[in-house]
Amino acid sequence: MDLIVELKKADLGYDKNPVLEEVNLQVFKNDFIGVIGPNGGGKTTLLKGIIGLLKPLKGTITYHNHSTTNRRPFGYLPQVRHIDKKFPITVFDVVRSGAMMSGDLFQSKKQEKERAEKLLAEMGISEIRNRAIGDLSGGQMQRAFLCRALISNPQLLILDEPDTFVDNKFEGELYEKLKLLNKEMAIILVSHDLGTISTYVKTIACVNRQVHYHRSNKITNSQLEAYRCPIQIITHGVVPHTVLKSHP
Amino acid sequence: MQELLQLFSYDFFQKAFLSAILASISCGIVGTYIVSRRIVFISGGITHASFGGIGLAFFLGFSPVLGAVIFAVVAALGIQFFTHKGNLREDSSIAIWWSFGMALGIIFTFITPGYTPNLMSFLFGNILTVSTAEIWMMLSLDLLVVLFFGLFYRQILYIAFDEEFARAAQLPVTLYNYLLIVIIALTVVFNIRVVGIILILSLLTLPQATANLFTRDFKSMILLSTFFAFVGTMSGLLISYFADIPSGAAIIFTMIVIFGILRLIRCF
Repeated sequence: MDLIVELKKADLGYDKNPVLEEVNLQVFKNDFIGVIGPNGGGKTTLLKGIIGLLKPLKGTITYHNHSTTNRRPFGYLPQVRHIDKKFPITVFDVVRSGAMMSGDLFQSKKQEKERAEKLLAEMGISEIRNRAIGDLSGGQMQRAFLCRALISNPQLLILDEPDTFVDNKFEGELYEKLKLLNKEMAIILVSHDLGTISTYVKTIACVNRQVHYHRSNKITNSQLEAYRCPIQIITHGVVPHTVLKSHP
Repeated sequence: MQELLQLFSYDFFQKAFLSAILASISCGIVGTYIVSRRIVFISGGITHASFGGIGLAFFLGFSPVLGAVIFAVVAALGIQFFTHKGNLREDSSIAIWWSFGMALGIIFTFITPGYTPNLMSFLFGNILTVSTAEIWMMLSLDLLVVLFFGLFYRQILYIAFDEEFARAAQLPVTLYNYLLIVIIALTVVFNIRVVGIILILSLLTLPQATANLFTRDFKSMILLSTFFAFVGTMSGLLISYFADIPSGAAIIFTMIVIFGILRLIRCF
């Protein structure tokens, strides 16, 4: 199996205050990791560490398979609530901006435009390519940002709550799309929706000050202890069902 | 009409006309960046800080424009630096530089012996007295701005839209931020003579607000706001000439009226 990113005993945080301590995580080709955990537990911090937005305070983060170029092998879909909805930029320009992830903004513009067109068509948003980004609905916006994340042909797609501000129909489509994409790339997905996440992802990482990662998609009691509150436990039978844990 | 044509035969009016074009270009481009990135308040801080440099120049007897450039650039870098390294709230940092510059400016002009004849034209601007040297300075600024935005258009746009994403892509975001803030400082100072320190901020925001009524695309906004800046400056200039009122105020007032009318039209 091809290793893409490896975190070894990494402390991650801001201004010398670690939010996450001693993170050990390996991401391989074709992994589909669901990241769950309480608010403020460090889910986004973990993603920022992997992407390289945060340097580890201790420990190491190593990227494999891209030593020959300066290329970052990521596609990144950040939380849309951080996006300035009034910014004067078209959907097409947003999608093209993802090309900077491959580090070659000065190279073949024709190829880049063609790839942008192709992605927009695949997501079914070609006809709104010249609209301002702020005029889109939640689902359309997530699609546009997914195009931006994919334009650089990433080895690892990182999504931070792509299911916020979207309707159920789009959510289903999105997860089916991710399932297909997973054949070509590794995916790390942060979500609040434990039910959906566990039907699609292959493995689950539970994040709360620490990262509990087992190479399994069953959400176990020990992982849920991180939440410190009663919660629905998801298991997998023939029909996916949930078991309600009693209050401590 | 005859009178209007005759105006263009006057040397002072030709210079005013040229500065209207030149100011519209730099303010159209840089203003679009400022408005899109929501850093209008930072630009206000830089503008007012430059008054300290003008005061110091009067006092020590060197070129006020040079003084303004030094103070504006130092304030621009200072605001950026204190916010990121000094753990200071950005708006507090801006307010400190803003008032520091104004206070210094007032102190220096007060203790400067004699009368400072150009003081009013720096505070309120006077496009009808722009000198040839100032036209050359504005032209150089335009070249710098057009070149920088032309070469690095995509980087500038992408960083402004989503700084974190640009950092993830390993673009030198901090370097671009510092370069752009210096360009804002230079744009402010070299255009001060058009409408003055008090009103220059409007030249960087009003045409953009007007353009924003018609487009939500960065490039179109640059072109349209350059156009509206020129229309506003020229109309204001003519009104100021024929009605004999201060040009800076006339220009900004005209721009507000244009914005108001177009905003109303867009309602229907």
